[in-house]
Amino acid sequence: MAKDIITAENVHLYYGQKEALHGISLGFPEKEITALIGPSGSGKSTFIRTLNRMSDLNPEVTVTGAIRLDGEDIYSPKTDTVELRKRVGMVFQQPNPFPFSVYDNVTYGLRLSGIKDKALLDQRVEESLKQAAVWDETKDHLKENALSFSGGQQQRICIARVLAVQPEIILLDEPTSALDPVSSAKVEDSLLAIKDQFTIAVVTHNMQQASRISDQTAFFLDGNLVEFSKTVDMFTHPEKQETSDYLNGKFG
Amino acid sequence: MNAKRVDKIATAVIYLLVGIVILILVALLGFILITGLPHVTWSFLTSPASAFNAGGGIGDQLFNSFYLLFLTLLISFPISLGAGIYLAEYAKKNRVTEAIRITIEVLSSLPSVVVGLFGFLLFVVQFKLGFSIISGAIALTFFNLPLLTRNIENSLNGVSNLQREAGLSLGLSRWKTVTKVVVPAALPGIITGIILSAGRVFGEAAALIFTAGQSAPVLNYANWNPFSGDSPLNIFRPAETLAVHIWKINTEGIMPDASQVSAGASAVLIIAVLVFNLGARWAGNYVYRRITASK
Repeated sequence: MAKDIITAENVHLYYGQKEALHGISLGFPEKEITALIGPSGSGKSTFIRTLNRMSDLNPEVTVTGAIRLDGEDIYSPKTDTVELRKRVGMVFQQPNPFPFSVYDNVTYGLRLSGIKDKALLDQRVEESLKQAAVWDETKDHLKENALSFSGGQQQRICIARVLAVQPEIILLDEPTSALDPVSSAKVEDSLLAIKDQFTIAVVTHNMQQASRISDQTAFFLDGNLVEFSKTVDMFTHPEKQETSDYLNGKFG
Repeated sequence: MNAKRVDKIATAVIYLLVGIVILILVALLGFILITGLPHVTWSFLTSPASAFNAGGGIGDQLFNSFYLLFLTLLISFPISLGAGIYLAEYAKKNRVTEAIRITIEVLSSLPSVVVGLFGFLLFVVQFKLGFSIISGAIALTFFNLPLLTRNIENSLNGVSNLQREAGLSLGLSRWKTVTKVVVPAALPGIITGIILSAGRVFGEAAALIFTAGQSAPVLNYANWNPFSGDSPLNIFRPAETLAVHIWKINTEGIMPDASQVSAGASAVLIIAVLVFNLGARWAGNYVYRRITASK
């Protein structure tokens, strides 16, 4: 197993007084795909949003414990969340392209961080859209509104938008749950295509998806990390009874 | 009575009520336009008003109305944009914010004549600005600010939170997310709001009678020095607007063609407001198409 690039150490998260994560410790190996599975309300989405501090957006949330990115605690006061989120990108459940053209969507992060070189921008657009496996569908329509594409295409444009800023880690929060199976398969293909360059963490409801694309799987239940192992191992012989029950569809 | 019948009656009543509203509107507009339009000629629109003789126009008043509108928007738009951004994006949900909102509500329901008298006492008298365009523009800013702020706040709130998350998760700062993602996405609504508020400002009379004054000094449109007394650009000169002119003719007009001038001016005013309203819709759509690159 490759070395962990981002590690959570005993992370507790509270919504006001209510504890939603009960001490999660989990490391994400570099350039591999880690799937987070578990029933609704198990805390997997809540957890993934702590990794780039998107959970800060809710003022009621408090997080304790440490999350280390290359050894530095991202919850230390000197962390610049803008820099952090450039290194740890995120794709959401609902495709959320900006209501601008495909080209503008993909270049937005770059241009706002000061890159003006047209040739470089063009190159990053092509590269990112290709990596996200949506280049063929968009190359002749780069000036069209991203919202005029299908949901699956929009989601892959969103992935390209994240890839364009070249993060080290990409978090995906149920990226295919709003998509049909064909579009989901395309998103999965693009994740597999980029996994040798990025570390990927993906929250999913879909256990087949986790088994198809991930190297490791973490099983969450009621705010606890129940089991974390190689995907092959977990799906063939889970260690815990709860994991086995969930994988066999006995609950959740 | 069976449900189907009740439904039919309810539908009929609703149609009737809508019909009444439309009828009133059409009758009002029709009356103003039919009585007024025959008097609207090019010379009516361009020549200065005449106090005693027939044949006066509304040229200066028309210019004053637009100039005052321009200055009002110039002052009120930046302030309400800032206030709207604060309320929609930065304000915490607490009592201070609630108090600010209530203040804005109260301000927006102030009768315009009260705003006018306040402007008279403060700017015209206390600050010695006299009856002037600048006094009028500031009074109209007070009148316009709450509505425009609410409009901008609502337009920003209408932008999905997913957009904010997308911006932040790309490593944009909060400020850049607001200015480069949320505000552009809200721009069509904001522009529509500005133009609609322009219509209200354009037709406002009560707040201006005591601030911008009721006299229209002779203007020399060739004089572009804003500090000269007869320059149209001078902001310290009194300026009677179109709406104030209509009010004045009808209360104390002694020219023989007072009713015709009043009817013509009203028609011009109504048309201008209609153009603002239709323009608002068009401009909103146009800007939306431009920034979103959709056809």
